[in-house]
Amino acid sequence: MAREITELEKKLIRRLQGDIPLERRPFQKIAAELGLKEEEVLQTIRRWQQEGIVRRFGAALRHREAGIMGNAMIVWQVPEERLEEVGRKLASFPEVTHCYQRRTLPGWPYNLFTMIHGRDRQVCINMARRLAEAVGIETYELVFSTAELKKTSMRYFEETLTRAK
Amino acid sequence: MMDPDSSINNGSGCQRPAPEKNFLDRLDRQLLMLLQEKFPLVPEPYAELGRQLGVREEEIINRIGRLKEKGIIRRIGAVFDLRRLGYTSTLCALKVPPEKLKEAAAVVNSYTGVTHNYLREHEYNMWFTLIGPSRQKLEEIMAEIKARTGIEDLLELPAEKFYKIRVNFDLNDGEVENGAGDY
Repeated sequence: MAREITELEKKLIRRLQGDIPLERRPFQKIAAELGLKEEEVLQTIRRWQQEGIVRRFGAALRHREAGIMGNAMIVWQVPEERLEEVGRKLASFPEVTHCYQRRTLPGWPYNLFTMIHGRDRQVCINMARRLAEAVGIETYELVFSTAELKKTSMRYFEETLTRAK
Repeated sequence: MMDPDSSINNGSGCQRPAPEKNFLDRLDRQLLMLLQEKFPLVPEPYAELGRQLGVREEEIINRIGRLKEKGIIRRIGAVFDLRRLGYTSTLCALKVPPEKLKEAAAVVNSYTGVTHNYLREHEYNMWFTLIGPSRQKLEEIMAEIKARTGIEDLLELPAEKFYKIRVNFDLNDGEVENGAGDY
C-alpha cells in the first residue's frame, strides 16, 4: 500500500504536518525554508491528495473548544457472519463518525467499534439505542469519555532525526 | 503538548454544557467550514478565502489568528494517511488503578506515537491510540508502557477493517470529527 517516500518528500511532510504560516503567501514561505519553489510545494500537495497520501488539507479543530462535546464509543459484539452487513449499516448513519472492526481477545468479545458524539449523556444513550434497533444487535456497551488527556497530530519521519542528534 | 495533570479532572465527556460555542459568529463558522474542507491550494489562500466570503484578506488572517488563540483551530496543514507513509497503528486500553492515573497518563502521553488518549468509564479506563513506523516499534512501546507504569493489564485492539473514517465536522449541525482519527 505504501510507496517509497523520497527524502525531499519527507522534508516537506515534516513541515506540512505542523502549522502553515499565517501570512499572505504561506506556501512561498515554506518553499523558501526548504529550498523549493512555491508552485512545487502546491503541486506536491495536490499530487499527494490524488495518491491518497494526504487525506485532507486544512484546519484541525479542537472540538471541545468549538462547543461540541465529548465522545462515546459504542462497542458491539456482532456474530461473525453479520459483521460486514452491520459494519456497513452503522457506518451509514451520519451521527457515526468512525466505524472499525477490531480483533477480539479473551475477556474482550466486542468486534465492532463506533464513535458517536453528542451534547450530553442522554443524547448519546438514545443514539446508541436507535442504532442498536436499526441493526438488531443488543449486545453492546456504551463507553463514555470522561477526560481528554492528549490529542495531537502524528509527527512522521522524525524518529531518524532524533536518533541522529 | 498537554499537561496530563491539569486535564485529568476538568474534562467531563458527554456531561458538560458547551458555553463557548456562542463566541463563534456566522462568519467564523463559514470560515471554519472552508478551512476544514476547502482550503484553497493556491499561492494566496487567505485572499481566496476572503473572495469566497466577501471580506478582505486581512480580515481572514485576523480571524484565523483569533480562532487559533482561542484554541478552536489546533493547526492548519496536511492530514496524512499513515498507512500510505508506511506507518502502522493500533488502539490500546489500559486498566489503571485510580491512584496511578496521573503517573500512567504522563508515561503514556510521553510518546510521540500516542496521538489520542482518553479516560473512559470502563474497567479499562485509559484508551489511547498508538502510531509507529513498524509493528515491532509498536510492540516495543507497549512493552515500555507496561514496564514504566507497572501495569500489565493492557488490551491491544488493532483495527481489522475500516467501515468509516470521518475527517471533518459540521459546526452547524454538530457532527464531529475525531481529529486525525485514522487509527
